[in-house]
Amino acid sequence: MSTDVSADTLRVGTHTLSSRLIVGTGKYATHAEMQKSLELSGTDCITVAVRRERLIDADGNNLLDFIDTERYTLLPNTAGCFNADDAVRVARLGREILLGLENPGADWVKLEVLSDTRTLLPDPVATIEATEMLVADGFQVLCYSTDDPVVARRLKEAGAASVMPAGSPIGSGQGILNPNNIRICMEYLKENDPDYPVIVDAGVGTASDVAEAMELGVDGVLLNTAVAHAADPYGMARAMRLATEAGRLAYLSGRIPKKLYATASSPEEGVISLKPR
Amino acid sequence: MRVDVNGEPRELPDGSTITDLLQELKLDRRYLAVERNREVVPRERHNETRLVGGDQLEVVTLVGGG
Repeated sequence: MSTDVSADTLRVGTHTLSSRLIVGTGKYATHAEMQKSLELSGTDCITVAVRRERLIDADGNNLLDFIDTERYTLLPNTAGCFNADDAVRVARLGREILLGLENPGADWVKLEVLSDTRTLLPDPVATIEATEMLVADGFQVLCYSTDDPVVARRLKEAGAASVMPAGSPIGSGQGILNPNNIRICMEYLKENDPDYPVIVDAGVGTASDVAEAMELGVDGVLLNTAVAHAADPYGMARAMRLATEAGRLAYLSGRIPKKLYATASSPEEGVISLKPR
Repeated sequence: MRVDVNGEPRELPDGSTITDLLQELKLDRRYLAVERNREVVPRERHNETRLVGGDQLEVVTLVGGG
């Protein structure tokens, strides 16, 4: 038996992605650096934010001049929103732009409703409220959430296409702080619904964090800062790609149980040395 | 007439449409969405949508984000 990840796709609602890594487009030194980093990451889905046009700077380059919208499914976010109404407005504006681009991402949104600027932790009550409003408006909603399993379950009940628990705070690079909560989130969300997608969103610092998340059995990882602010974004983008595949393959292949004591890998018979008592 | 565009006041000739506004702003219309008084105005209605004094407009595009 051999486990193959080459045909292993990430399904979220009606979308099928060939990579389980979703990469953000923020915080790169230049648009060109972003473009190459995305390419090296192997992703086919990238997040974008909706912001006011800077009306004074008409000749500034637009992000979209550096994004092949035929190649990538765009996932617009509602970052920066602190209440449900604003998140719904931003989601609709994002949809309007993506409809104009004829990008398949026009029917989904990464919902972020934040509670304060210092922690950027999601407001669970407002996130649930916004999820219900957006689902009613025809969106497939991917919910950025805490790793609280009860909130995760409520979001799914509200109609979320995916729940995306944070490994740790956005941009913190602390990795997966509470793998047990992520496990319980998955138990709740995948009960009688094993294909329900759970994506770790936020907190990734380096490749081992991605591998750890994938080894827990999550369906995908969404990251941005860990690549954009790495000393070498290109090297880190490749590392994230490999970690996603390595972690997924390890998960599918079934790790050995952890044991307290050693088990010899070499035969115990025929040893010329005497065993200690 | 005076309208607000992205939080800044702006004078426009009476009867201006959203298309007129975007032309004056010299913005690439392919990458934009426009909201008028908190409701998105789909691009196919930009030509016919006449603004009135006091309108609150948001003109947004996509930027890098996570």
